[in-house]
Amino acid sequence: MSFLRKPIYATAGYNTVSLGQGRKEFKPKEPRPGIEHYIKEAGRGALAQVKNPEAIDEGVMTNFMMARYNRQGNRPGFFPMIHPSFRYKPATGTEGACDSGGLGLAVACKTILADVADAVLVVGFEVQTTVKAVYGADYLAGAGWYKDRKKGHAHFFPGQFSDRAGACFEKFGKEKVREGMAHWYVQAIENARRNPKAQEYHNSISDLFATGMTPPNPKVFCEHINVYDCSKVSDAGCALIFASEEGLKKLGVEKKDAVEVVSWGQCEDDITNPQPDLTKLVASQKAASLAYERAGLSPKDIGVLEVHDCFSIAGLLMMEATGFAGYGEGADFVSAGKTKIDGEIPTNTTGGLIGYGHPVGASGVRQAVDLVHQLTGKASDCQIAMDSASPYGLMVSMGGSDITIVSMIFKKIE
Amino acid sequence: MNLDERFENVSVIGAAGKMGSGIAVLIAQEMAKLKKKNKDKIYRLNLIDISEQALDGLSGYMKAQIIRVAEKSIVFLREMYEERKDLVENIEIINAFVDDTFSVIRCGTELGMAKNSKLIFEAIAENEDIKIKVLKSLDEVCGKETFFLTNTSSIPIGFLDQEAGLDGRIIGYHFYNPPIVQKLVEVITPTTIQKELSDIALELGKRLRKKLVPANDVAGFIGNGHFTRDGLYALNEIERLKDNYSLAGAIYIMNRISQDFLVRPMGIFQLIDYVGIDVFDSILKVMRKHLGDETLRHSLVNSMIEQKVLGGQRPDGSQKDGFLKYEKNRPVGIYDAEKKEYVPINKDLDTKIGALPDNFKPWKALLTEPTKEEKLSDYFASLKGTKTLGAELALSYLAETKKIGEDLVKEGVANSYEDVNSVLTNGFYWVYGPINEYV
Ligand SMILES: NC(=O)c1ccc[n+]([C@@H]2O[C@H](COP(=O)([O-])OP(=O)(O)OC[C@H]3O[C@@H](n4cnc5c(N)ncnc54)[C@H](O)[C@@H]3O)[C@@H](O)[C@H]2O)c1
Repeated sequence: MSFLRKPIYATAGYNTVSLGQGRKEFKPKEPRPGIEHYIKEAGRGALAQVKNPEAIDEGVMTNFMMARYNRQGNRPGFFPMIHPSFRYKPATGTEGACDSGGLGLAVACKTILADVADAVLVVGFEVQTTVKAVYGADYLAGAGWYKDRKKGHAHFFPGQFSDRAGACFEKFGKEKVREGMAHWYVQAIENARRNPKAQEYHNSISDLFATGMTPPNPKVFCEHINVYDCSKVSDAGCALIFASEEGLKKLGVEKKDAVEVVSWGQCEDDITNPQPDLTKLVASQKAASLAYERAGLSPKDIGVLEVHDCFSIAGLLMMEATGFAGYGEGADFVSAGKTKIDGEIPTNTTGGLIGYGHPVGASGVRQAVDLVHQLTGKASDCQIAMDSASPYGLMVSMGGSDITIVSMIFKKIE
Repeated sequence: MNLDERFENVSVIGAAGKMGSGIAVLIAQEMAKLKKKNKDKIYRLNLIDISEQALDGLSGYMKAQIIRVAEKSIVFLREMYEERKDLVENIEIINAFVDDTFSVIRCGTELGMAKNSKLIFEAIAENEDIKIKVLKSLDEVCGKETFFLTNTSSIPIGFLDQEAGLDGRIIGYHFYNPPIVQKLVEVITPTTIQKELSDIALELGKRLRKKLVPANDVAGFIGNGHFTRDGLYALNEIERLKDNYSLAGAIYIMNRISQDFLVRPMGIFQLIDYVGIDVFDSILKVMRKHLGDETLRHSLVNSMIEQKVLGGQRPDGSQKDGFLKYEKNRPVGIYDAEKKEYVPINKDLDTKIGALPDNFKPWKALLTEPTKEEKLSDYFASLKGTKTLGAELALSYLAETKKIGEDLVKEGVANSYEDVNSVLTNGFYWVYGPINEYV
């Protein structure tokens, strides 16, 4: 039996530029656009790809920490601003830390399955450059349990994933894992250089591997990771439309411009519990397995992959969680080039969180947008040749240190 | 008395000035750390300046600086405040550190505030008479245990010691501008010094994580000993070039040669403007007096000063016009002291100077380049093979700066070539020392 009681499609994806350190146009001391700008650009960017924008029935606004970065709550209130016909239509907000966007995708699908809407616009956004990273670190720390903050690192999340890297060094060998992480960085930048919207698009470092191998400096940062192992502080918005069969018609979208949502897996771990094993992403693995199981698929069916690489070590662990590499083999898998754009399983083809940027509450949406682009042949310079034997795209979006997870599978329409 | 004990009560004189305020930030932080360790002790940092108005702006400046430093040291500060359960977020910890730092500070205009200080940093204007007068008064209010660290850029320390009657309780502790950022401190130890003071000075350097370079007690020391002669060389070249290229043209040429062709952070005239033409002149004056060298002067500097074109910086750090005219801190014109006006930069001069060799890399790129020695060596080799006005002027300039450096050692100002190079690379941000094999 199919997981979905009726078909759902995703279409009309749009990502703004990810603005922040690294982009040439980013001037830290000059005023910058706020959340409204990104919501409008992304939302309208999606609407511009459909004939009838007024056919959108509902909105889902996804964001993590606007309450602190932008002193603003009530995310659904920004939905009507996108299009005149949206006023008085329903909208929902989601927040699940870095998986806020992933939750938005799931909510959109559930709304359609519930037969209360035929077309749902999901808009993810985050504007983080309003404060220095040293203060933003505390806002982001909200993705963990507040009672762990005091004993945590000044840069709380880098500290959490530094501990994961340290645990992996110890268990699987420092050199190999360290090199795997550096290769992940190289791949992220190489892919981002093909994506004009990416924060690392202008990156011109010549020896990326050597840069990735920069020894950590625990005096000012973390013990086991360097700054290149980290995703960026970013401002961006990303939008994607989900629709039923009927919804596609009403929007005036042709099937060739859409992909099918095949399944998803959603998982929640207890934020107050210490992580059982730092060398594994257990919840992420469960969510991905659920998605595979519900679709009756396995890794060999997947032609393109989007994983949540908030840190390079997360990228390696995600390769294990999604079943492409065995336990402890993520580093080897990546170092062997298997995740490169021309490798066995092209992963994060537009740069991922390290290359494109990590506008936290938008990242899950961004991942889905990029999969839709790949599966509809709209990925421009990042486009890979999809093999008809593996016409599926899988994504895993993770909130916190393996706490809130959505994994979703999309299929190219033949 | 050890350094920790001396740190219980410190004064900075001229605390509202460029150097004094920076030194104050450095010391205040160290005191805050000590206070955290020794809760029962009272720490006091007296910030003394003659200008009430300047003192008024001091706390705002210090606060901004201390916050900046705290943001950079947040990993350390979280450890330092580990037992303070009420401080959770970085901002709470940073604010606590700022409060703790400020709680040791007292500001005022009376030298008497320094009464109990065992360590005094002097950073008032570069004027012998005033410095001696202030040091004398301080010696009267303080006990005979007090040590003085003077920031003078040029006045011999032994001379100050003798004139102020300090009995070897003074050392030259020459911070570079801005003291918070610049790692270098030139330490000038006069022969009369008390041993305990030279030990304290060394330990202080470690505590402040500074790079100490020893210089001997000869007016100008290493930094200004080199800088003044380097500037005079360029000024003399102008005399030679101005007939062919006009006065403004010659200034442009020498500024560009020193910046681009010699791969320095800024051209020599921009540097003199940055320091201030009047400050440059007053250093020359001090050196002339104490070295008896009448060649340490230049008529163009005199006419600039007569015409009140002085360079230097505004309180907000922006550059005032001097030899060059600045817009947004970038040179846009050149002062012609004969015409008494700024003239626009004549870009045709670049054609006359000639192109840079293909393997030229700008200063900024070399700063972080791991193989910069190799790159520089290739570059200067190409320069030698280039027959242009630019290459010719640059190579003579390179040879001259080397000679100036060597002479500093020959004349006993510096103990080694290495020390000379260290001052120029650390204090002036050159990417190579003046005494090199590129010549
Ligand atoms: N600016 C530099 O690049 C630099 C670098 C190294 C050393 N120095 C040396 O540091 C010293 C200070 O230079 P600066 O650039 O900070 O000068 P500045 O003019 O910015 O500051 C001098 C301060 O001293 C105060 N002052 C003057 N007479 C005083 C008195 N009798 N009592 C108390 N305060 C008095 C002034 O009000 C002023 O705030 C000088 O000896 C200078 O040669 C300067």
